[in-house]
Amino acid sequence: MSMNLTLKVWRQAGATAAGDFETYQVPGVNEDMSFLEMLDVVNEQLIGDGREPIAFDHDCREGICGSCGVVINGRPHGPLQGVTTCQLHMRNYRDGDTIVVEPWRAAAFPVIRDLVVDRSAFDRIIQAGGYITAPTGGARDANLTLIPKAVADVAMDAAACIGCGACVAACPNSAANLFTGAKITALNVLPQGQPERWARVAAMVDRMEDQFGSCTNYTECEAVCPAGISVNVIAKMNRDYLKSRFKDRRSLIRQADVADEA
Amino acid sequence: MLTGSSPARPGGPMTPARTRPRPHTWIIEFYSSAIGKKAVMAVTGLLLLGFVLVHMLGNLKLYYGEPEHLNEYGHYLRTIGEPILPHSGFLWIMRGGLILAFVLHIHAAVSLTMMNRRARPVGYKGGRTYSAANYAARTMRWSGIIVGLYLLFHLADLTWGTANPDFEHGEPYQNMIASFERVPVAIVYVVANLLLGIHIFHGAWSLFQSLGWSNPRFNVWRRYFAVAFAAVIVVGNVSFPLAVLFGVVD
Ligand code: HEM
Ligand code: FES
Repeated sequence: MSMNLTLKVWRQAGATAAGDFETYQVPGVNEDMSFLEMLDVVNEQLIGDGREPIAFDHDCREGICGSCGVVINGRPHGPLQGVTTCQLHMRNYRDGDTIVVEPWRAAAFPVIRDLVVDRSAFDRIIQAGGYITAPTGGARDANLTLIPKAVADVAMDAAACIGCGACVAACPNSAANLFTGAKITALNVLPQGQPERWARVAAMVDRMEDQFGSCTNYTECEAVCPAGISVNVIAKMNRDYLKSRFKDRRSLIRQADVADEA
Repeated sequence: MLTGSSPARPGGPMTPARTRPRPHTWIIEFYSSAIGKKAVMAVTGLLLLGFVLVHMLGNLKLYYGEPEHLNEYGHYLRTIGEPILPHSGFLWIMRGGLILAFVLHIHAAVSLTMMNRRARPVGYKGGRTYSAANYAARTMRWSGIIVGLYLLFHLADLTWGTANPDFEHGEPYQNMIASFERVPVAIVYVVANLLLGIHIFHGAWSLFQSLGWSNPRFNVWRRYFAVAFAAVIVVGNVSFPLAVLFGVVD
Protein backbone atom coordinates (compact mmCIF):
# COMPACT_ATOMS: atom_id res chain seq x y z
CA MET A 1 0.00 0.00 0.00
CA SER A 2 1.24 3.44 -0.76
CA MET A 3 -0.30 6.70 0.26
CA ASN A 4 -0.22 10.37 -0.55
CA LEU A 5 0.52 12.74 2.29
CA THR A 6 0.69 16.47 2.87
CA LEU A 7 3.66 17.46 5.00
CA LYS A 8 3.96 20.79 6.78
CA VAL A 9 7.55 21.12 7.97
CA TRP A 10 9.20 23.84 10.02
CA ARG A 11 11.99 25.35 7.90
CA GLN A 12 14.50 27.69 9.50
CA ALA A 13 17.76 28.59 7.75
CA GLY A 14 19.75 29.12 10.95
CA ALA A 15 19.68 29.91 14.64
CA THR A 16 18.81 33.56 14.19
CA ALA A 17 16.75 33.26 10.99
CA ALA A 18 12.96 33.57 11.16
CA GLY A 19 11.36 30.22 10.44
CA ASP A 20 8.05 29.15 8.95
CA PHE A 21 6.15 26.09 7.82
CA GLU A 22 6.59 24.88 4.27
CA THR A 23 4.10 22.51 2.70
CA TYR A 24 5.14 19.50 0.62
CA GLN A 25 2.98 17.02 -1.27
CA VAL A 26 4.50 13.57 -0.78
CA PRO A 27 3.14 10.94 -3.15
CA GLY A 28 3.68 7.19 -2.97
CA VAL A 29 4.71 6.82 0.68
CA ASN A 30 5.30 3.17 1.54
CA GLU A 31 3.62 2.11 4.80
CA ASP A 32 6.72 0.12 5.82
CA MET A 33 8.91 3.21 5.80
CA SER A 34 9.89 4.75 9.09
CA PHE A 35 9.09 8.40 9.60
CA LEU A 36 12.74 9.31 8.99
CA GLU A 37 12.86 7.24 5.80
CA MET A 38 9.81 9.16 4.61
CA LEU A 39 11.77 12.38 5.30
CA ASP A 40 14.74 10.88 3.39
CA VAL A 41 12.49 10.42 0.37
CA VAL A 42 11.27 14.00 0.61
CA ASN A 43 14.88 15.18 0.87
CA GLU A 44 15.97 13.26 -2.23
CA GLN A 45 13.20 14.97 -4.11
CA LEU A 46 14.27 18.37 -2.73
CA ILE A 47 17.91 17.76 -3.62
CA GLY A 48 16.87 16.62 -7.11
CA ASP A 49 14.98 19.88 -7.47
CA GLY A 50 18.07 21.81 -6.39
CA ARG A 51 16.49 22.89 -3.08
CA GLU A 52 17.79 22.66 0.47
CA PRO A 53 16.97 19.33 2.13
CA ILE A 54 15.17 19.32 5.49
CA ALA A 55 17.71 19.12 8.32
CA PHE A 56 16.81 16.62 11.05
CA ASP A 57 18.83 14.78 13.70
CA HIS A 58 19.27 11.02 13.64
CA ASP A 59 21.88 8.37 14.25
CA CYS A 60 21.07 4.80 15.26
CA ARG A 61 17.57 4.69 13.78
CA GLU A 62 16.76 1.88 16.16
CA GLY A 63 15.42 3.80 19.10
CA ILE A 64 18.44 3.67 21.39
CA CYS A 65 20.66 6.69 20.80
CA GLY A 66 18.16 9.50 21.43
CA SER A 67 19.37 11.64 18.51
CA CYS A 68 16.11 11.78 16.63
CA GLY A 69 13.01 13.54 17.80
CA VAL A 70 10.56 16.01 16.33
CA VAL A 71 7.10 17.14 17.30
CA ILE A 72 4.62 15.41 15.00
CA ASN A 73 1.07 16.78 14.94
CA GLY A 74 1.66 18.45 18.31
CA ARG A 75 3.15 15.43 20.09
CA PRO A 76 6.88 14.66 20.52
CA HIS A 77 7.86 11.49 18.62
CA GLY A 78 4.38 11.22 17.13
CA PRO A 79 1.21 9.40 18.19
CA LEU A 80 2.54 6.12 19.63
CA GLN A 81 3.55 5.48 23.22
CA GLY A 82 7.12 4.39 24.00
CA VAL A 83 8.37 4.94 20.45
CA THR A 84 11.03 7.27 19.06
CA THR A 85 10.55 9.13 15.77
CA CYS A 86 12.94 6.74 14.00
CA GLN A 87 10.82 3.76 15.10
CA LEU A 88 7.52 5.33 14.08
CA HIS A 89 6.26 3.71 10.88
CA MET A 90 4.13 5.24 8.19
CA ARG A 91 1.55 2.49 8.56
CA ASN A 92 0.25 4.59 11.43
CA TYR A 93 -0.98 7.15 8.91
CA ARG A 94 -3.77 7.10 6.33
CA ASP A 95 -3.83 8.17 2.73
CA GLY A 96 -4.58 11.90 2.52
CA ASP A 97 -3.33 12.75 6.03
CA THR A 98 -1.70 16.09 6.75
CA ILE A 99 1.29 15.83 9.08
CA VAL A 100 2.76 18.86 10.85
CA VAL A 101 6.43 18.54 11.85
CA GLU A 102 8.09 21.01 14.23
CA PRO A 103 11.30 21.11 16.30
CA TRP A 104 11.44 20.83 20.12
CA ARG A 105 10.52 24.23 21.58
CA ALA A 106 12.51 25.41 24.59
CA ALA A 107 14.74 28.37 25.35
CA ALA A 108 17.42 25.88 26.42
CA PHE A 109 17.15 23.99 23.09
CA PRO A 110 17.79 26.68 20.46
CA VAL A 111 17.05 25.70 16.88
CA ILE A 112 20.23 25.18 14.86
CA ARG A 113 18.46 24.58 11.57
CA ASP A 114 14.98 23.34 10.54
CA LEU A 115 14.19 20.46 12.91
CA VAL A 116 17.61 20.27 14.57
CA VAL A 117 17.99 21.77 18.03
CA ASP A 118 21.05 22.17 20.24
CA ARG A 119 20.67 19.88 23.25
CA SER A 120 24.00 20.70 24.94
CA ALA A 121 21.93 21.97 27.87
CA PHE A 122 21.48 18.29 28.80
CA ASP A 123 25.23 17.72 28.60
CA ARG A 124 25.77 20.61 30.98
CA ILE A 125 23.44 18.98 33.51
CA ILE A 126 25.41 15.73 33.23
CA GLN A 127 28.69 17.63 33.56
CA ALA A 128 27.43 19.07 36.83
CA GLY A 129 27.27 15.66 38.48
CA GLY A 130 25.90 12.84 36.36
CA TYR A 131 28.83 10.54 37.11
CA ILE A 132 30.88 9.11 39.97
CA THR A 133 34.42 10.34 40.53
CA ALA A 134 35.90 7.11 41.95
CA PRO A 135 38.44 5.53 39.61
CA THR A 136 36.80 2.23 38.67
CA GLY A 137 39.78 0.41 37.19
CA GLY A 138 39.20 -2.91 35.46
CA ALA A 139 35.96 -4.81 35.55
CA ARG A 140 35.26 -6.11 39.03
CA ASP A 141 33.83 -9.47 39.98
CA ALA A 142 30.10 -9.62 39.55
CA ASN A 143 28.25 -9.48 42.86
CA LEU A 144 31.22 -7.96 44.69
CA THR A 145 28.85 -5.20 45.67
CA LEU A 146 25.49 -6.71 46.48
CA ILE A 147 22.48 -4.75 45.30
CA PRO A 148 18.91 -5.85 46.00
CA LYS A 149 17.03 -6.75 42.85
CA ALA A 150 14.33 -4.15 43.48
CA VAL A 151 16.96 -1.41 43.81
CA ALA A 152 18.81 -2.55 40.70
CA ASP A 153 15.49 -2.45 38.82
CA VAL A 154 14.83 1.15 39.85
CA ALA A 155 18.34 2.15 38.74
CA MET A 156 18.06 0.29 35.44
CA ASP A 157 14.63 1.72 34.66
CA ALA A 158 15.97 5.24 35.29
CA ALA A 159 19.11 4.54 33.26
CA ALA A 160 16.91 3.66 30.27
CA CYS A 161 16.67 7.41 29.53
CA ILE A 162 18.16 8.06 26.08
CA GLY A 163 18.32 11.85 26.56
CA CYS A 164 16.24 12.65 23.49
CA GLY A 165 14.59 15.70 25.08
CA ALA A 166 10.97 14.71 24.38
CA CYS A 167 10.15 15.39 28.06
CA VAL A 168 11.25 19.00 27.70
CA ALA A 169 9.44 19.31 24.36
CA ALA A 170 6.19 17.98 25.84
CA CYS A 171 6.32 20.01 29.05
CA PRO A 172 4.36 23.26 28.78
CA ASN A 173 7.07 24.76 31.05
CA SER A 174 10.01 23.32 29.10
CA ALA A 175 11.10 21.67 32.35
CA ALA A 176 13.81 19.01 32.30
CA ASN A 177 12.83 17.33 35.56
CA LEU A 178 12.15 13.92 34.01
CA PHE A 179 15.57 13.81 32.33
CA THR A 180 17.43 15.14 35.36
CA GLY A 181 15.41 12.98 37.75
CA ALA A 182 16.25 9.88 35.72
CA LYS A 183 19.97 10.68 35.59
CA ILE A 184 20.11 11.41 39.33
CA THR A 185 18.03 8.39 40.34
CA ALA A 186 20.13 5.97 38.30
CA LEU A 187 23.14 6.89 40.47
CA ASN A 188 21.58 7.96 43.74
CA VAL A 189 19.89 4.62 44.53
CA LEU A 190 23.05 2.57 43.96
CA PRO A 191 25.88 2.02 46.48
CA GLN A 192 28.41 3.47 44.02
CA GLY A 193 26.45 6.73 43.94
CA GLN A 194 26.25 7.25 47.71
CA PRO A 195 29.45 9.23 48.48
CA GLU A 196 28.42 12.07 46.17
CA ARG A 197 24.66 11.63 46.49
CA TRP A 198 23.75 14.99 48.08
CA ALA A 199 26.32 17.06 46.23
CA ARG A 200 25.22 15.45 42.96
CA VAL A 201 21.55 16.27 43.35
CA ALA A 202 22.31 19.84 44.45
CA ALA A 203 24.68 20.50 41.54
CA MET A 204 22.55 18.87 38.84
CA VAL A 205 19.34 20.55 39.98
CA ASP A 206 21.13 23.91 40.11
CA ARG A 207 22.37 23.49 36.56
CA MET A 208 18.96 22.28 35.41
CA GLU A 209 17.21 25.30 36.89
CA ASP A 210 19.69 27.68 35.28
CA GLN A 211 18.44 26.54 31.89
CA PHE A 212 14.96 25.03 32.06
CA GLY A 213 11.50 25.73 33.50
CA SER A 214 10.02 24.23 36.65
CA CYS A 215 7.81 21.19 37.18
CA THR A 216 4.06 21.66 37.61
CA ASN A 217 3.38 17.90 37.69
CA TYR A 218 1.47 17.80 34.43
CA THR A 219 3.00 14.31 33.82
CA GLU A 220 3.02 15.16 30.12
CA CYS A 221 6.72 14.12 30.01
CA GLU A 222 6.01 10.60 31.22
CA ALA A 223 3.29 10.17 28.59
CA VAL A 224 5.61 10.95 25.67
CA CYS A 225 8.86 9.39 26.95
CA PRO A 226 10.02 6.76 24.47
CA ALA A 227 12.01 5.01 27.24
CA GLY A 228 9.07 4.77 29.63
CA ILE A 229 10.67 6.80 32.43
CA SER A 230 8.18 7.31 35.28
CA VAL A 231 7.54 10.61 37.08
CA ASN A 232 8.52 8.69 40.20
CA VAL A 233 12.10 9.74 39.39
CA ILE A 234 10.99 13.38 39.75
CA ALA A 235 9.63 12.69 43.23
CA LYS A 236 12.89 10.91 44.04
CA MET A 237 14.94 13.87 42.85
CA ASN A 238 12.74 16.31 44.79
CA ARG A 239 13.17 14.23 47.93
CA ASP A 240 16.94 14.02 47.60
CA TYR A 241 17.17 17.72 46.73
CA LEU A 242 15.10 18.78 49.75
CA LYS A 243 17.19 16.50 51.97
CA SER A 244 20.40 17.91 50.52
CA ARG A 245 19.19 21.37 51.56
CA PHE A 246 18.27 20.37 55.11
CA LYS A 247 19.57 17.19 56.59
CA ASP A 248 23.00 16.99 55.06
CA ARG A 249 23.62 20.66 54.74
CA ARG A 250 26.73 20.73 56.91
CA SER A 251 28.49 17.76 55.39
CA LEU A 252 27.56 19.11 51.98
CA ILE A 253 29.26 22.41 52.65
CA ARG A 254 32.31 20.64 54.03
CA GLN A 255 32.45 18.45 50.95
CA ALA A 256 32.20 21.48 48.70
CA ASP A 257 34.95 23.30 50.61
CA VAL A 258 37.29 20.36 50.31
CA ALA A 259 36.53 20.08 46.62
CA ASP A 260 37.11 23.79 46.04
CA GLU A 261 40.50 23.62 47.75
CA ALA A 262 41.51 20.61 45.69
CA MET B 1 34.42 17.67 42.33
CA LEU B 2 30.68 17.90 42.64
CA THR B 3 29.72 21.26 44.01
CA GLY B 4 26.90 23.68 43.62
CA SER B 5 29.24 26.35 42.32
CA SER B 6 30.51 24.58 39.25
CA PRO B 7 33.44 25.47 37.00
CA ALA B 8 33.09 27.62 33.90
CA ARG B 9 30.39 26.51 31.53
CA PRO B 10 31.53 24.87 28.34
CA GLY B 11 30.59 26.78 25.21
CA GLY B 12 27.33 26.59 23.34
CA PRO B 13 24.39 28.90 23.13
CA MET B 14 22.32 29.09 26.26
CA THR B 15 19.46 31.22 27.43
CA PRO B 16 19.04 30.97 31.17
CA ALA B 17 15.43 30.39 32.20
CA ARG B 18 16.21 32.00 35.49
CA THR B 19 18.56 34.69 36.62
CA ARG B 20 19.53 33.94 40.14
CA PRO B 21 22.01 35.47 42.50
CA ARG B 22 23.86 33.04 44.72
CA PRO B 23 22.81 34.05 48.20
CA HIS B 24 24.32 32.40 51.21
CA THR B 25 21.57 32.40 53.81
CA TRP B 26 20.35 28.84 53.45
CA ILE B 27 16.65 29.66 53.70
CA ILE B 28 16.90 32.19 50.86
CA GLU B 29 19.06 29.85 48.84
CA PHE B 30 16.48 27.13 49.40
CA TYR B 31 13.59 29.33 48.33
CA SER B 32 15.50 30.64 45.32
CA SER B 33 15.46 27.15 43.82
CA ALA B 34 12.38 26.07 41.88
CA ILE B 35 12.16 22.76 43.74
CA GLY B 36 12.37 24.67 47.01
CA LYS B 37 9.56 26.97 45.88
CA LYS B 38 7.44 24.00 44.90
CA ALA B 39 8.03 22.50 48.34
CA VAL B 40 6.87 25.78 49.89
CA MET B 41 3.80 25.72 47.64
CA ALA B 42 3.09 22.18 48.73
CA VAL B 43 3.46 22.88 52.46
CA THR B 44 1.44 26.10 52.29
CA GLY B 45 -1.06 24.26 50.07
CA LEU B 46 -1.35 21.58 52.77
CA LEU B 47 -1.99 24.24 55.41
CA LEU B 48 -4.65 25.80 53.20
CA LEU B 49 -6.20 22.36 52.65
CA GLY B 50 -6.36 21.85 56.41
CA PHE B 51 -7.96 25.26 56.77
CA VAL B 52 -10.63 24.76 54.11
CA LEU B 53 -11.52 21.37 55.61
CA VAL B 54 -11.92 22.66 59.17
CA HIS B 55 -13.73 25.76 57.88
CA MET B 56 -16.20 23.60 55.94
CA LEU B 57 -16.76 21.23 58.87
CA GLY B 58 -17.41 24.15 61.22
CA ASN B 59 -20.01 25.57 58.88
CA LEU B 60 -21.95 22.28 58.93
CA LYS B 61 -23.43 23.66 62.17
CA LEU B 62 -25.68 25.66 59.85
CA TYR B 63 -27.73 22.47 59.56
CA TYR B 64 -28.69 22.44 63.25
CA GLY B 65 -31.38 24.84 62.10
CA GLU B 66 -31.05 27.06 65.19
CA PRO B 67 -28.76 30.08 65.00
CA GLU B 68 -27.24 29.47 68.48
CA HIS B 69 -25.04 26.52 67.46
CA LEU B 70 -23.15 28.27 64.70
CA ASN B 71 -23.04 31.60 66.53
CA GLU B 72 -21.74 30.01 69.73
CA TYR B 73 -19.11 28.18 67.70
CA GLY B 74 -18.03 31.54 66.29
CA HIS B 75 -17.75 32.99 69.81
CA TYR B 76 -15.93 29.91 71.04
CA LEU B 77 -13.24 30.30 68.36
CA ARG B 78 -12.41 33.68 69.89
CA THR B 79 -12.02 32.25 73.38
CA ILE B 80 -9.57 29.43 72.59
CA GLY B 81 -6.39 29.79 74.62
CA GLU B 82 -7.89 32.23 77.13
CA PRO B 83 -6.75 33.37 79.62
CA ILE B 84 -3.17 32.70 78.51
CA LEU B 85 -3.97 34.39 75.20
CA PRO B 86 -6.04 37.55 74.96
CA HIS B 87 -9.55 37.39 73.49
CA SER B 88 -9.35 36.41 69.80
CA GLY B 89 -5.61 35.77 70.31
CA PHE B 90 -5.71 32.22 68.98
CA LEU B 91 -7.81 33.34 66.03
CA TRP B 92 -5.26 35.99 65.13
CA ILE B 93 -2.40 33.49 65.33
CA MET B 94 -4.31 31.30 62.89
CA ARG B 95 -5.07 34.28 60.67
CA GLY B 96 -1.42 35.31 60.69
CA GLY B 97 -0.41 31.81 59.66
CA LEU B 98 -3.00 31.73 56.89
CA ILE B 99 -2.00 35.13 55.53
CA LEU B 100 1.63 34.06 55.49
CA ALA B 101 0.69 30.79 53.77
CA PHE B 102 -1.32 32.64 51.12
CA VAL B 103 1.43 35.18 50.50
CA LEU B 104 4.09 32.47 50.09
CA HIS B 105 1.79 30.26 47.99
CA ILE B 106 0.98 33.10 45.62
CA HIS B 107 4.52 34.49 45.49
CA ALA B 108 5.92 31.08 44.58
CA ALA B 109 3.18 30.56 41.98
CA VAL B 110 3.87 33.92 40.31
CA SER B 111 7.63 33.48 40.39
CA LEU B 112 7.54 29.93 38.96
CA THR B 113 5.06 30.98 36.27
CA MET B 114 7.45 33.71 35.13
CA MET B 115 10.34 31.25 35.13
CA ASN B 116 8.27 28.85 33.01
CA ARG B 117 7.35 31.57 30.51
CA ARG B 118 11.04 32.39 30.04
CA ALA B 119 11.79 28.73 29.48
CA ARG B 120 9.34 28.51 26.55
CA PRO B 121 9.47 31.88 24.77
CA VAL B 122 8.38 30.36 21.45
CA GLY B 123 5.46 27.93 21.56
CA TYR B 124 4.32 25.30 19.07
CA LYS B 125 3.35 27.18 15.93
CA GLY B 126 1.57 24.15 14.57
CA GLY B 127 -0.42 23.63 17.78
CA ARG B 128 0.14 21.00 20.43
CA THR B 129 -1.80 18.12 21.91
CA TYR B 130 -1.99 16.93 25.51
CA SER B 131 -1.57 13.27 26.35
CA ALA B 132 -1.72 13.40 30.14
CA ALA B 133 -2.02 16.94 31.49
CA ASN B 134 -5.61 17.30 32.64
CA TYR B 135 -7.81 20.37 32.68
CA ALA B 136 -7.23 20.99 36.39
CA ALA B 137 -3.44 20.93 36.04
CA ARG B 138 -3.50 23.26 33.06
CA THR B 139 -5.74 25.83 34.73
CA MET B 140 -4.07 26.05 38.17
CA ARG B 141 -3.15 29.68 37.56
CA TRP B 142 -6.70 30.66 36.64
CA SER B 143 -8.42 28.62 39.33
CA GLY B 144 -5.92 30.02 41.84
CA ILE B 145 -6.46 33.64 40.84
CA ILE B 146 -10.25 33.30 40.84
CA VAL B 147 -10.24 31.53 44.23
CA GLY B 148 -8.02 34.35 45.56
CA LEU B 149 -10.43 37.05 44.32
CA TYR B 150 -13.39 35.08 45.65
CA LEU B 151 -11.65 34.90 49.01
CA LEU B 152 -11.48 38.72 49.18
CA PHE B 153 -15.17 38.96 48.33
CA HIS B 154 -15.99 36.28 50.89
CA LEU B 155 -14.13 38.23 53.61
CA ALA B 156 -15.95 41.43 52.62
CA ASP B 157 -19.24 39.54 52.69
CA LEU B 158 -19.08 37.47 55.88
CA THR B 159 -16.10 38.72 57.92
CA TRP B 160 -16.01 42.50 57.47
CA GLY B 161 -19.61 42.74 56.32
CA THR B 162 -18.90 45.53 53.85
CA ALA B 163 -20.45 43.55 50.98
CA ASN B 164 -23.48 42.48 52.99
CA PRO B 165 -26.09 45.19 53.78
CA ASP B 166 -27.77 43.10 56.53
CA PHE B 167 -24.49 42.23 58.27
CA GLU B 168 -24.47 42.03 62.10
CA HIS B 169 -21.21 41.37 63.96
CA GLY B 170 -21.28 38.16 66.00
CA GLU B 171 -24.22 36.58 64.18
CA PRO B 172 -22.69 34.40 61.46
CA TYR B 173 -25.81 32.27 61.07
CA GLN B 174 -28.07 35.21 60.21
CA ASN B 175 -25.34 36.71 58.03
CA MET B 176 -25.00 33.53 55.98
CA ILE B 177 -28.76 33.37 55.44
CA ALA B 178 -28.92 37.04 54.45
CA SER B 179 -26.01 36.62 52.07
CA PHE B 180 -27.07 33.43 50.30
CA GLU B 181 -30.67 34.57 49.82
CA ARG B 182 -29.28 36.88 47.15
CA VAL B 183 -29.25 34.69 44.04
CA PRO B 184 -26.19 36.26 42.32
CA VAL B 185 -24.17 35.92 45.53
CA ALA B 186 -25.19 32.28 45.89
CA ILE B 187 -24.05 31.67 42.31
CA VAL B 188 -20.67 33.28 43.05
CA TYR B 189 -20.20 30.94 46.02
CA VAL B 190 -21.17 27.85 44.02
CA VAL B 191 -18.95 28.66 41.03
CA ALA B 192 -15.95 29.71 43.16
CA ASN B 193 -16.14 26.51 45.19
CA LEU B 194 -16.32 24.37 42.06
CA LEU B 195 -13.11 26.09 40.93
CA LEU B 196 -11.59 25.52 44.36
CA GLY B 197 -12.44 21.84 43.91
CA ILE B 198 -10.67 21.79 40.54
CA HIS B 199 -7.63 23.49 42.12
CA ILE B 200 -7.61 20.90 44.90
CA PHE B 201 -8.07 18.01 42.45
CA HIS B 202 -4.64 18.77 41.00
CA GLY B 203 -3.05 20.37 44.07
CA ALA B 204 -3.78 17.61 46.57
CA TRP B 205 -2.17 15.11 44.20
CA SER B 206 0.66 17.35 43.04
CA LEU B 207 1.90 18.14 46.55
CA PHE B 208 2.98 14.52 47.03
CA GLN B 209 5.24 14.75 43.99
CA SER B 210 6.59 18.14 45.04
CA LEU B 211 7.55 16.85 48.47
CA GLY B 212 8.91 13.60 47.09
CA TRP B 213 6.27 11.45 48.79
CA SER B 214 6.25 8.69 46.26
CA ASN B 215 6.13 4.97 46.81
CA PRO B 216 4.71 2.27 44.53
CA ARG B 217 2.80 0.93 47.52
CA PHE B 218 0.66 4.02 48.01
CA ASN B 219 0.95 5.98 44.77
CA VAL B 220 -2.55 5.09 43.51
CA TRP B 221 -3.95 6.38 46.80
CA ARG B 222 -2.55 9.85 46.13
CA ARG B 223 -5.07 10.30 43.32
CA TYR B 224 -7.94 8.84 45.41
CA PHE B 225 -6.99 11.21 48.23
CA ALA B 226 -7.09 14.24 45.94
CA VAL B 227 -10.45 13.24 44.44
CA ALA B 228 -11.96 12.54 47.85
CA PHE B 229 -10.61 15.75 49.36
CA ALA B 230 -11.88 17.87 46.47
CA ALA B 231 -15.28 16.13 46.56
CA VAL B 232 -15.73 16.61 50.32
CA ILE B 233 -14.85 20.31 50.14
CA VAL B 234 -17.00 21.00 47.09
CA VAL B 235 -20.07 19.08 48.32
CA GLY B 236 -19.88 20.67 51.76
CA ASN B 237 -19.23 24.24 50.67
CA VAL B 238 -21.66 24.24 47.73
CA SER B 239 -24.42 22.80 49.91
CA PHE B 240 -24.56 25.91 52.14
CA PRO B 241 -25.71 28.50 49.56
CA LEU B 242 -27.98 25.92 47.91
CA ALA B 243 -29.57 24.96 51.24
CA VAL B 244 -30.34 28.62 51.97
CA LEU B 245 -31.49 29.36 48.44
CA PHE B 246 -33.91 26.43 48.40
CA GLY B 247 -35.18 27.10 51.90
CA VAL B 248 -33.74 23.98 53.55
CA VAL B 249 -32.45 26.26 56.32
CA ASP B 250 -33.73 29.73 57.13
C1 HEM C 1 -7.69 27.89 49.86
C2 HEM C 1 -7.10 28.09 48.76
C3 HEM C 1 -6.01 27.24 48.14
C4 HEM C 1 -5.66 25.93 48.35
C5 HEM C 1 -6.30 24.93 49.31
C6 HEM C 1 -4.55 25.63 47.47
C7 HEM C 1 -3.89 24.42 47.40
C8 HEM C 1 -2.88 24.13 46.52
C9 HEM C 1 -2.10 22.94 46.53
C10 HEM C 1 -2.22 21.80 47.53
C11 HEM C 1 -1.22 23.02 45.47
C12 HEM C 1 -0.19 21.96 45.07
C13 HEM C 1 1.21 22.39 45.39
C14 HEM C 1 2.22 21.47 44.75
O1 HEM C 1 2.08 21.07 43.61
O2 HEM C 1 3.19 21.14 45.42
C15 HEM C 1 -1.46 24.24 44.79
C16 HEM C 1 -0.80 24.66 43.64
C17 HEM C 1 -1.00 25.87 43.03
N1 HEM C 1 -1.72 26.93 43.55
FE1 HEM C 1 -2.98 26.84 45.12
N2 HEM C 1 -4.23 26.74 46.73
C18 HEM C 1 -5.11 27.74 47.11
C19 HEM C 1 -5.14 29.04 46.65
C20 HEM C 1 -4.38 29.52 45.60
C21 HEM C 1 -4.39 30.88 45.18
C22 HEM C 1 -5.17 32.03 45.80
C23 HEM C 1 -3.55 30.95 44.10
C24 HEM C 1 -3.35 32.26 43.38
C25 HEM C 1 -2.50 32.60 42.57
C26 HEM C 1 -3.02 29.61 43.85
C27 HEM C 1 -2.17 29.23 42.82
C28 HEM C 1 -1.63 27.98 42.67
C29 HEM C 1 -0.83 27.56 41.53
C30 HEM C 1 -0.49 28.41 40.32
C31 HEM C 1 -0.44 26.24 41.76
C32 HEM C 1 0.38 25.35 40.84
C33 HEM C 1 1.83 25.63 41.06
C34 HEM C 1 2.73 24.73 40.28
O3 HEM C 1 2.45 23.55 40.15
O4 HEM C 1 3.76 25.22 39.82
N3 HEM C 1 -3.53 28.77 44.81
N4 HEM C 1 -2.47 24.92 45.45
S1 FES D 1 17.90 7.81 15.71
FE1 FES D 1 18.66 6.88 17.51
S2 FES D 1 16.88 6.92 18.73
FE2 FES D 1 16.06 7.58 16.84
